[in-house]
Amino acid sequence: MTELVVISGKGGTGKTTLVGSFAALAEGAVVVDCDVDAANLHILLGGEVVEKRPYRGSEAAAIDRGKCVACGACAEACRFDAIRAEGDLYYVDPLSCEGCGACAHVCPAGAIRMEERQSGWIYVSRTPYGTLVHGELLPGEENSGKLVTRVKMRARGVARTEGASLLLIDGSPGIGCPVIASLSGAHAALIVAEPSRSALHDLLRVAGVARHFGSRLFLALNKADLSPRLAEEIRETAAREGITYLGEIPYDEGVTAAQLAGAPVVVHSDGPAAAAIQGIWGKLRGELAR
Amino acid sequence: MASPPAITAGIVDVNRVTPRPSRVTGGVRIAVASGKGGTGKTTVAVSLALSLSRYEGVQFLDCDVEEPNAHIFLSPAIEGSRPVEIPVPEIDLDRCTRCGACAKACRFGALAVIGDRVLFHPELCHGCGLCAMVCPVGAISEVPREIGRLEWGRAGPIRFGRGILAVGEPMATPIIRQLKREMSPDHLVILDAPPGTGCPVIETLKGVDFVLLVTEPTPFGLHDLRLALSVARELGIPAGAVINRYGIGDDSVERFLREEGIPVLLRIPMDRRIAAAYAEGIPLVSAFPEWEGRFRALYQGIASLAGAGR
Repeated sequence: MTELVVISGKGGTGKTTLVGSFAALAEGAVVVDCDVDAANLHILLGGEVVEKRPYRGSEAAAIDRGKCVACGACAEACRFDAIRAEGDLYYVDPLSCEGCGACAHVCPAGAIRMEERQSGWIYVSRTPYGTLVHGELLPGEENSGKLVTRVKMRARGVARTEGASLLLIDGSPGIGCPVIASLSGAHAALIVAEPSRSALHDLLRVAGVARHFGSRLFLALNKADLSPRLAEEIRETAAREGITYLGEIPYDEGVTAAQLAGAPVVVHSDGPAAAAIQGIWGKLRGELAR
Repeated sequence: MASPPAITAGIVDVNRVTPRPSRVTGGVRIAVASGKGGTGKTTVAVSLALSLSRYEGVQFLDCDVEEPNAHIFLSPAIEGSRPVEIPVPEIDLDRCTRCGACAKACRFGALAVIGDRVLFHPELCHGCGLCAMVCPVGAISEVPREIGRLEWGRAGPIRFGRGILAVGEPMATPIIRQLKREMSPDHLVILDAPPGTGCPVIETLKGVDFVLLVTEPTPFGLHDLRLALSVARELGIPAGAVINRYGIGDDSVERFLREEGIPVLLRIPMDRRIAAAYAEGIPLVSAFPEWEGRFRALYQGIASLAGAGR
């Protein structure tokens, strides 16, 4: 089974637009949305949730007021400023608590216990374009990388059951823990860039991360006609970096129209963006088969 | 399909605390955030800073440490930098008895004892120090490990700072935490937040006076705006919205904001000339100076809303 991850570094360059269309073109791939902070692929693919499981990814400290002796040892041990005192009353700020347990260890009164907390959900949906597995991190929760790992584990399980040959993964922006978790185990990474200085800067950083995992690197340029000069600069950079260039997608209002209709652009439109995405998919499929 | 998630913190109410510290003096602290990536956070944050810098002392902090971009638009002269380090365990193998207490205590799976070997995975370590506390023979000391850098300097009259996560490192939050310690008490501070709703966003938003949510009028924009707004509400921070690429999509973002009582403080139209200036790294207000007044009006809106929340 081949694992393909679509990433970008910079957000909003069109990852989900491409993955949604690839899902429609690939037929029988298991599709995974690893942008657990802000998952959007289900908006394009639609379908019906057939499984929803809670994700319990971390713990948080809880202080038992009855036992607390207000000595302050916990606040002193905490490196994340998660324990605050108002007079003799000690509080845990759950948004700052990383769940390390240092406070519980140092508490002389045994007043702190670590409680498991639910940080999100993992969904499996049947869509017209194949099975979709996606995660949803509750706002403000930690450990999105761990949730990404769980989402991928579930998706690999589904793919084995279905005998799917392709795991098509929508990554998240950035280069930090969720992106690293998305890339782990990936055979190939497709970077979606747009012609801007920001996107060029970001694609070099995310390519650096993808190289750590030995993934084959591909590039597609979205909205390439917005700045032909920068598009050229990005293509040159990609060639220098050993990234295989697959093609460009012109700016096309049909992409937003498809989003409004809740459908992949290759299904909803036969405009220039749809045609370009089909061309890119054809090349990518050929490369992956090699 | 998925309804917006309810906020559930698995912790009893008595332990809850409102994390907003009260500050009576100093400039307003504004975080520019979005949920969805690529909606125009940096465009808005940079233009807001440039439009105000002639009238007020402005500090700009790029908190998108995974992919910082504001320097491309502000071209700051960097005056200094320093590494961001977290403390990680160093194990004295002569003293270590391989008892495994450290590995058992570590909740992040960063330590393992296998036979005679002690394995440490630095990228999993949060630097909490618990392993050193539990070691019965004092074999663990803590040493700094670099995970990124802070840089600071000036972009004209603007005080500039940014954090940079080293490529291959997973943890952005410690860098944002340290960058925010550089917040000037007597400047208007603009923080360019990372996309998303996870821990790096929370770290950026903690303790700010106002969050400016930049969105676009599309289904993806709406979905992620909803999530970003719930984060702002969880933190108890007043919020306003900027709609970018106004004119594409539909009016569902406007309707949502109206229903939620979130004012739209600025609309930036979809315009290829604006996109072209962005592509070249030219700030919106530099390419189109007529926008300066609109960004100053945006700030007036923020100041009145943030004042009401303070």
